[in-house]
Formats: sequence, structure tokens, C-alpha cells
Amino acid sequence: MKEKDENIKQYTVVVFTEDKVGLLNRITIVFTRRHLNIDSLTTSESEIKGIFRYTIVTKTTPEMMKKAADQIEKLTEVLRAFYYEAQDVVSQELALYKISTANILTPMEGLIRDFNLRILDIEKEFIIVEKTGSRKEVLKLFEQLKPYGILQFACTGQVAVTKPMKELENYLQELNKAAEMSNKIRSWKLKN
Amino acid sequence: MENKFNITGAEAITLALIEEGVDTVFGYPGGNNLPVYDSFYTHEKEIRHVLVRHEQGAVHAAEGYASANRKVGVCMVTSGPGATNLLTGIADAQLDSIPIVCITGQVVKPQLGYDAFQETDVVGFSMPVTKWNYQITTASEIASVMAKAFYIARSGRPGPVLLDITKDAQTQIIEKFEYKKCTKIRSYHPKLKPSETAINEAATLLNNAQRPLMIVGHGVLLSGCQDEVKELSEKLDMPVASTLLGLSSIENENPRFAGMVGLHGNYAANMMTNRCDVLLSIGMRFSDRVIGKPEKYANQAAIIHIEIDPSEVGKIISPAVGVVSDAKSALQKILPLIRKSSHISWLNQMREFQQKENETVVNENLSKLRMGKVVRVVSEKKKGSTAVVADVGQNQMASARYFNFQEGDSIITSGGLGTMGFALPAAIGAAYTKKFKNVVCIMGDGGFQMTIEELGAIMQYKLPVKLVLLNNNYLGMIRQLQDLYYNSHYYFGEMQNPDFVKIVDAYGIKAERVETLEALSPAVERMMDYDGAYFLEVRVEKQENIYPVIPAGKAVDEMLLTPND
Repeated sequence: MKEKDENIKQYTVVVFTEDKVGLLNRITIVFTRRHLNIDSLTTSESEIKGIFRYTIVTKTTPEMMKKAADQIEKLTEVLRAFYYEAQDVVSQELALYKISTANILTPMEGLIRDFNLRILDIEKEFIIVEKTGSRKEVLKLFEQLKPYGILQFACTGQVAVTKPMKELENYLQELNKAAEMSNKIRSWKLKN
Repeated sequence: MENKFNITGAEAITLALIEEGVDTVFGYPGGNNLPVYDSFYTHEKEIRHVLVRHEQGAVHAAEGYASANRKVGVCMVTSGPGATNLLTGIADAQLDSIPIVCITGQVVKPQLGYDAFQETDVVGFSMPVTKWNYQITTASEIASVMAKAFYIARSGRPGPVLLDITKDAQTQIIEKFEYKKCTKIRSYHPKLKPSETAINEAATLLNNAQRPLMIVGHGVLLSGCQDEVKELSEKLDMPVASTLLGLSSIENENPRFAGMVGLHGNYAANMMTNRCDVLLSIGMRFSDRVIGKPEKYANQAAIIHIEIDPSEVGKIISPAVGVVSDAKSALQKILPLIRKSSHISWLNQMREFQQKENETVVNENLSKLRMGKVVRVVSEKKKGSTAVVADVGQNQMASARYFNFQEGDSIITSGGLGTMGFALPAAIGAAYTKKFKNVVCIMGDGGFQMTIEELGAIMQYKLPVKLVLLNNNYLGMIRQLQDLYYNSHYYFGEMQNPDFVKIVDAYGIKAERVETLEALSPAVERMMDYDGAYFLEVRVEKQENIYPVIPAGKAVDEMLLTPND
């Protein structure tokens, strides 16, 4: 089953999980087994307390994406795994740049204004700025800052929220209703 | 159960096992599970512990027990090498959907991560091969985690669960022990209801089929829907084929039974797969050994796939209709929608294929001292329900092809992982269930020597298992592959073997050797009549190849009946 390059798309996988040790490992095993590269991965608590959200960016074919998402959802402590194409997510990254002050001349100020940078720290030898934006913007700024001498660069992966309106909370409510219903049936059966 | 007060973690583990209905534990003691053994000591009447001779034996025995009993099998070993020795069996249970709970001891919590004596990260390395695993580090977790473990192992698509329990958790005191069985987990939906649409579409396809074929997999036995399968097959006049692990779902003598599918399956089952117009596959996963070349698999047919695990639907073969459901509930919903039909010429076609296979392959095999002949004689001489525990390789294919499965019989074998050495310990597990009048273990000389140490358990516990060794002094399946694909370079396929009868005799087990066709039948009869364990070594033909075969990279209907085909 050789993948054709033209079928490969970028996907954002959003996984909701219980708050349990080792889940990151379980999830990445699904990617590793299928030889899928993870472009970025972020995790944090979701809008619901006790439920964690993983945002994983990967590139693959639609078929492979579906199969991998099914495998992730199969994991016992995963509530749901959704995946989206680029147009269905709004995403941002955060980058920090530590720049040497040795070569800084006047144009720096323009750059700060054009790129909407925040200055986090200014010392004698260096200045640290923060940029929030798309991967493209982050990389563009990197190129612009290169002549000054970038001492350090660190960037988060993509954090994303999705546009389609199927929210996890609705889903959880449906789930609890279904579970209550089946419990009722079970206890009714036991009684009779 | 009443609540218990001030008990140790080890006692809690034992009580939890009893609460889950566990009566037998296969295990091996070690430094980090001794507290549990001490607790077993006081519960000897409720829990029987079976001492295997190697931890791999414990997990395969638990698998054999689970498969024969349709209950969760349990094994208990220590940390470090005890835990690593389980891995093959856990992977085996994962691929074949066998419900087992494996308990490993672990070093005390403060020593975790310090490379302590016999410490190993079993939770880490068993992650890809377990349905779920967890490390218990405090005694207070034991009740809830064990309840969850059993629920996950047995529900939905069953599978192996591993619990790693630190020694300090085993010795801590629990002030109040309260055990509640687990019935739901928010993030886990084991039994999805089939969609009405899918059921209706499946029924419509089946009602309009001219040449319908059903393939039954392990899922049929796991959900216990043999009756529904039979009813559907009768109502629709539909032939039924089976995967290796689906064998015994339907009697071989049933006039609609088409045989086993796959690499060394039956000619009819494979030919009909690529000739049917509707293919109803139930509780199976279209493994590569079943489908041959995927691009040429049943392209002419509308495939209906009934499967409990959503991630299996469309994984390898994209069905026209996918029914995500437990097999039994799906069939119960489909059955009332089915109109009675008849497919006489289609079934006649099946009989023609079967006759062709009989004439070219089967009859010849049954006229010589070959593996198939031995299995057939065992099958004929059996008295009452029989579990056939087959190892891996040519002996396994012969067992699957030549045993005449009847209602209530079963096959227990390593399908997905193909674990040589599975059969002997699995037969021990099956023997403990008392579900079958006979447990017959069929092995080759290669696999037998991989777990031969378990003869010790058979001796110690006087288990009445019948051991049949098909000895050709060769790794037969390897020799066959070298014959077909490597210019007959029989390199490291031939084995210099010990005197097996002497070895088994040393264990105090009755042993006999058969070297001629004439001697076979009476010897098998003696074995079957013998009250207790019996070992029968049959010196089968040295250079036998299993036919028919689907050559590598070919479609299922390109199956070869003979080497000259």
C-alpha cells in the first residue's frame, strides 16, 4: 500500500482523554507503528476539568488518518479523537527569540511593530522577544532576525481550536445518557 | 461481598480475584509477589494455584483456560524476568482477542526507577501489546483497579490486561476494603449498538443475494452466536466458511459448511470467496493469511462486515456495509428481516470444489502416515466433546483441516501471533476448565521443545491431557517454505531430536511411539481410553508439504491443490 504524495494532507488531530499516566505514550505508539511523523504535539487540560486535550499535527493520507484516529479512539482512556484538515482549525504558535544586541541598529524597532512582537527581557548582551502567530509568520520572523544573530529560538507546537460545532460537552452528555439508560435496563432485567 | 477491615493489599488482591469468579491462577512465585502467595495459602479452598515451570507457560495456560471456558484467565508472576517472560503470551492474547489478566509483582515504590534488583518497566514495554495496563503503587487502589481490569479484559473485544503491583502495595494495610464490580468507564464503549440503517442494508443485500457466503471468525465464538449463525445459514441456504479461530462455530458435518479460508484453508472456501456475490463476514479481521493478495480479494462481492471493534472495519478490506456491533446482537436483529431462500446450484458448486479437494489432496493424505491422517484418526476415536489444542506450523494446519469439529468441540491455537510452544501450556489451562471431556494437544517436534518443561505441571497435577507429537524431525513449515521459495535449501530446518518417549517417561507420563500406519489406530484408541495423561509420538512422513496452498502474493482463488497445479 504505497501512499501517493498528492494524497498527503496536513491534519490536526484533537484527542480528548482522561487524566491518566502514560497516555501520551499510548497515543504516540499509534503514530510510531504506522510510521507517521508528528510535526507538533501540545497537551493541556481542556475546557472540562479532568479531561485533557492533545493537539497533534501530522501529514498523511485521508485513509491512514482515519485508521490512526480509530486506533487512538480505541484506547481505553481516550474519550474521543477527532481530526481536521487545515481549513477547519484556527491555530497559533508561540515563539521566543533570544537575539544578540551586538548587531542591533535602528531597523529593529520597525520589526517589532510590523510583527507585533512583545519584548520580554532586555539585557546588555541580548534581548528576548515573543511572537504569536502561524508557523509561517514565526519562520518569516526567524529569517528577518537572522542577521542580528539568534542566540536561542524556541517554539511551541500548534495550539488549535476547531470550527465545526460538535463540542465535547454535548458528546459527553449523550454518553452519560446512554450509560444511564443501559444501567436502567440492566437493573430492570435483574428485577424481573 | 461484605466489607473487610484492616487487611493487607495482598489479601485484597486475593479477595478481588475471588469476587471476579476466578478459581484458578497459573503462576510462578518470586521475591516481589510472595505476599500474594502467602495470602493464597490461606484461601487454598477458593483459589487453586497451578505452578507452571516457566512464566511463558503461565500466560499460555491462562489463555488456554480463557479460550476453553469463555472466562477471564489469570496468571501471576514476579517482577523482572518473570514479567519479561510473559510478553510473548500477552502479545498472543492481544492478537487473538483472549481475555486474560496478568498480575506482575514489582519492586517497592521508593525503588522504582533506581534499577533495583529485578526491576523492569513492564508497564512501559507491555503498552503496545495490552488492551490496558496499570501500575498499582498503593493498596487503596487495588479494589477499583482490579474491578476495572476484569471489566476491560472481558468486555467488548476481549484482550489482555496487565496489572503491575508494587510489593509495598501488597503489604500495606487497607482499613476498609469494599469491592464493587466495574460496569462502565466513561472513556470506554465496549458494546456499541448496531445502526438500524446498517442492519437494514445488510438484510437487503442478503435477501437479494444469488451466491451468498458467510465467513465466521473468532468473534462468533466469543459472543456465543453459533445458534444464530446456524439459523441464518439455514434460512438463507447460505454456505458457511470459517477462519482458523472460528472453527467449531459450526459443525464440520453441516451440509452448508464450506471449510476453512486462508493460506492452507479448504479449496471450496477460498474459491467461493472470489465467486460469491454477497460476503457476510462475522467477527473476523481479514488477516493477510486469510485474504491473500488484498487487491484481488472478493472484488466481485458486496461485503458485509459485522465487527465489534470499530477500528477493524475498513482497516484492510472496505466493506459495502459495516455493522459495528457484537456479533450476537447484530445477527439477532438481522434474522427477522431475512426471507427464506434456496441456492441449490451455488451449494452444488461448493460440493464440486470439495470433491475436487478430496480427490486430489485429502484422500492421498489419509492413505499414508501423514499429519492429516493422525489428526483424522484422533478425531474418529474421540469420545465426547474435545478441545483440540494445536501448536503452530504444519501440525496446526493439519489439525484445522482434518479434525472433524462437532458441536461443543473447540479449537484452541495461536492464530495471529503464531506462537510456537503455545499448545502444551494452553492444553494445561484448557484441562483445568473441565468444559471438555478430552483435551488433545497436537504439536510438532519444534514447538514441543519450546515449552517442553510444562510436562512437569502435567506430572505434578496429574492432568489427563492427551499429547500427540507429529514428529518429522523437521521444522516442517519452514522446510515447506524453503521448498517452495528458496530452491529447497533446507538450511536449519532439520533437527536432531532426543528420544521423546524416554523424556516423557521420565516425567512419569505414559508414552508410546508409532512408526507404521497399521499401528496408528490401535495406539490412538489406547490413548483415548487411558485414564490420565498420555503421550503419543507419531513418526510421520518426513517430507510432507501441506496442500492446498495460496502461493505468496496470489489471490485466494489462485490456490494450488497440488505442486503440479
